[in-house]
Amino acid sequence: MSLELIIYLLLGALGLFVFLSVMVLAQTWVERKTLARIQMRMGPMVVGFHGTLQPIADALKLLSKEDLLPSWADRRVYWLAPLAVFLPAFLLWVTIPLAHDLVLSNLELGLFYIVSISVLSVMGLVMAGWGSANKYAILGGLRAAGQLISYEIPFIMAILGVAMLTQSLNLREIVAAQTTFANVLWQPLGLFLFFTAGLAELGRTPFDIHHAESEVIGGPFIEYSGAHWSVFFLAEYINTFTIAALTVLLFFGGWNWPTIPFDGALGSALSAVWFLAKTYAVIIGIFWIRGTYPRLRIDQLMSFGWKMLVPLSFVNIVLTAVVLFYGFPMWVLTIVSLIVLGGVFYIIARNPGTNLERHTVKVYSASSLRSGSVVMTGGTSDQTSGAD
Amino acid sequence: MQIQEQNSTGNAIDLMINMGPQHPSTHGVFRIVIWVDGERIVKAVPHIGYLHRGSEKLCEGELYSQIITLFDRMDYVGNLNSELVFVLAVEKLMSLEVPDRANYIRVILCELNRIASHMLFYGVYGLDVGAMTPVLYGFRERERIQALFENVTGARMMHNYFRVGGVKEELPDDFAARMKELVEDLKKGIDECDSLLSQNEMFLARTKGIGQISGEDAIDFGVSGPMLRASGVAEDIRVTEPYSIYDRFEFGIPVGKYGDCWDRYYVRVEEMRQSILIIEQAMAQMESGPIMADIRRIARPPKGEVYVRTESPRGDLGVFLVSDGSDKPYRVKVRAPSFANLQALQHLLRDSYIADAVVILGSIDIILGEVDR
Repeated sequence: MSLELIIYLLLGALGLFVFLSVMVLAQTWVERKTLARIQMRMGPMVVGFHGTLQPIADALKLLSKEDLLPSWADRRVYWLAPLAVFLPAFLLWVTIPLAHDLVLSNLELGLFYIVSISVLSVMGLVMAGWGSANKYAILGGLRAAGQLISYEIPFIMAILGVAMLTQSLNLREIVAAQTTFANVLWQPLGLFLFFTAGLAELGRTPFDIHHAESEVIGGPFIEYSGAHWSVFFLAEYINTFTIAALTVLLFFGGWNWPTIPFDGALGSALSAVWFLAKTYAVIIGIFWIRGTYPRLRIDQLMSFGWKMLVPLSFVNIVLTAVVLFYGFPMWVLTIVSLIVLGGVFYIIARNPGTNLERHTVKVYSASSLRSGSVVMTGGTSDQTSGAD
Repeated sequence: MQIQEQNSTGNAIDLMINMGPQHPSTHGVFRIVIWVDGERIVKAVPHIGYLHRGSEKLCEGELYSQIITLFDRMDYVGNLNSELVFVLAVEKLMSLEVPDRANYIRVILCELNRIASHMLFYGVYGLDVGAMTPVLYGFRERERIQALFENVTGARMMHNYFRVGGVKEELPDDFAARMKELVEDLKKGIDECDSLLSQNEMFLARTKGIGQISGEDAIDFGVSGPMLRASGVAEDIRVTEPYSIYDRFEFGIPVGKYGDCWDRYYVRVEEMRQSILIIEQAMAQMESGPIMADIRRIARPPKGEVYVRTESPRGDLGVFLVSDGSDKPYRVKVRAPSFANLQALQHLLRDSYIADAVVILGSIDIILGEVDR
């Protein structure tokens, strides 16, 4: 290796780290403000204009806190776990482009690289759970393992649909192929699958099962504090950013669609801004979901993944393959995908698998009860659990 | 890891988890030790007593008027309902006739307190199932009620407003106007809260069919209040054994069908609407007049014993009061609804998941101050 290459790599890594850190800081501010808006609050208002400096204050607070080590902890595993979660999250960004020429290393197998690296972060969560020697952490770590591994399949399959359309795994080419029409027009089902599985990969509401505050009290991260906890935090937000960025790259045309009509440095800069704007729109969508939905239970999550998302992801691939193989016009794919998607929402909304009664509370008037004392109206029959 | 017991198949090992007293969703300092097989609960042993302050014993050393403050601190979310039961017991012992206006004031404030308590339940229940937004909407409504309480009683929570024979003070001048505004706001607020969570698909999936208890079982466990009504037993002491002036109002008793978590949740939401009805009727019927019966400052009930039960936001709140004729009671025994409702927990938790344990415990709506006293 020549000296120039080493310097290039070091500068690249540093630049990427700074870029991602800034993005994470911005994201935490956006998250707080979005949630505050949903919840009729102001959010952070004190540090800086409308709390814009709050993320920096938070970071300083976290870094200055004491790093605790539980006495029963498995030291090496405990200290390595944050790194094992952070590194994959960081490495993903090596090949994610911000604009046509703003990318550290544009790999020919970019998508393949992304799916293979993203799986690694599970290990870090399990390590954190085991190393903490805490029962809640163990539970959380195992939950994370089960959840992330089962949602990896629909996640990859949804990506595959896009790869088949573009006939490439190179992210730059995938974006270039969306100059006139974004993939979301042909792959609405794929977008649904990718986004849902992505949320589960992130452990974001409604799939925030492995660090559920009210159940396992933070899960694998329960014992961590200070800088090590903030590394987990950083990784989690980088992952959120990654999923949002991938959603934009794969389905919403990245910096294309509409293309920025400039060349050279100005064009690149505007492309990056345009791409980041789209990404933040998706991120706000993720936060919106977080402010709206309750959490699923682990078995419901699993049955949703295996009985709903995995079959659907295969359907998506078969549909795409059939349309591509026989050379049908692309709008056929759109319509069939939308029909399937409509069917999915119908199934979710109607819950035909269970005899779920929605309104089971009746109101009796006081005068009708004053005549008799205790009236038994039911309560003996069984309501089946509302799974899926 | 501590290994405690073998599970039914004998080859896997159960994990013992100590939930509480510092777990965020045990609603205070409740502690439950659960043995889990994977995510499924094999056995659950609840422990209480972490908030025991000896309130009942303390009552024996205080004047009757001072005990009201102790009752404030038992059910610290439904303070006024808690005060009411003690005041009613002393009045019954003294065969005291309370002025009408005082009765109306009591009923209005108690029903407001019921709404405030249910709103707290609503918000916290949202947190229990993992939705972070409802709590802020629930607290918005509760805050409105507490602002009114502050205006009337001078305190947001520990009011010390009811007296043996009446209430402490006349209502403020702008009470009727504020009340009208509050009722309108609450009506809108309750509907908004209802639409926010009740029919959410994931909320239904988390609460429907979870933690079922049949009507017979509920009665056997001594369960009362919204939890009993959710199991399909239409029993509300305000109606079946009216106290104070509750027989003058027409309102509804929401009754569930399956006794699952969703029914327990929704019975409370519906109850808030019915409380609004009571408040409106009471505001219309209330007339001016004295607010305090003509009694001596230091109450000395005659020798004897009395039991009074009322419908607190959590259920059948009763007081057994023994007087030896002095200015202090000989014995005060409180029948706390949370305590009785909590007895059903082990029954409810059978074969459920860890995540359900939180949802079930939340749906009982316990107040540890009342459980441990």
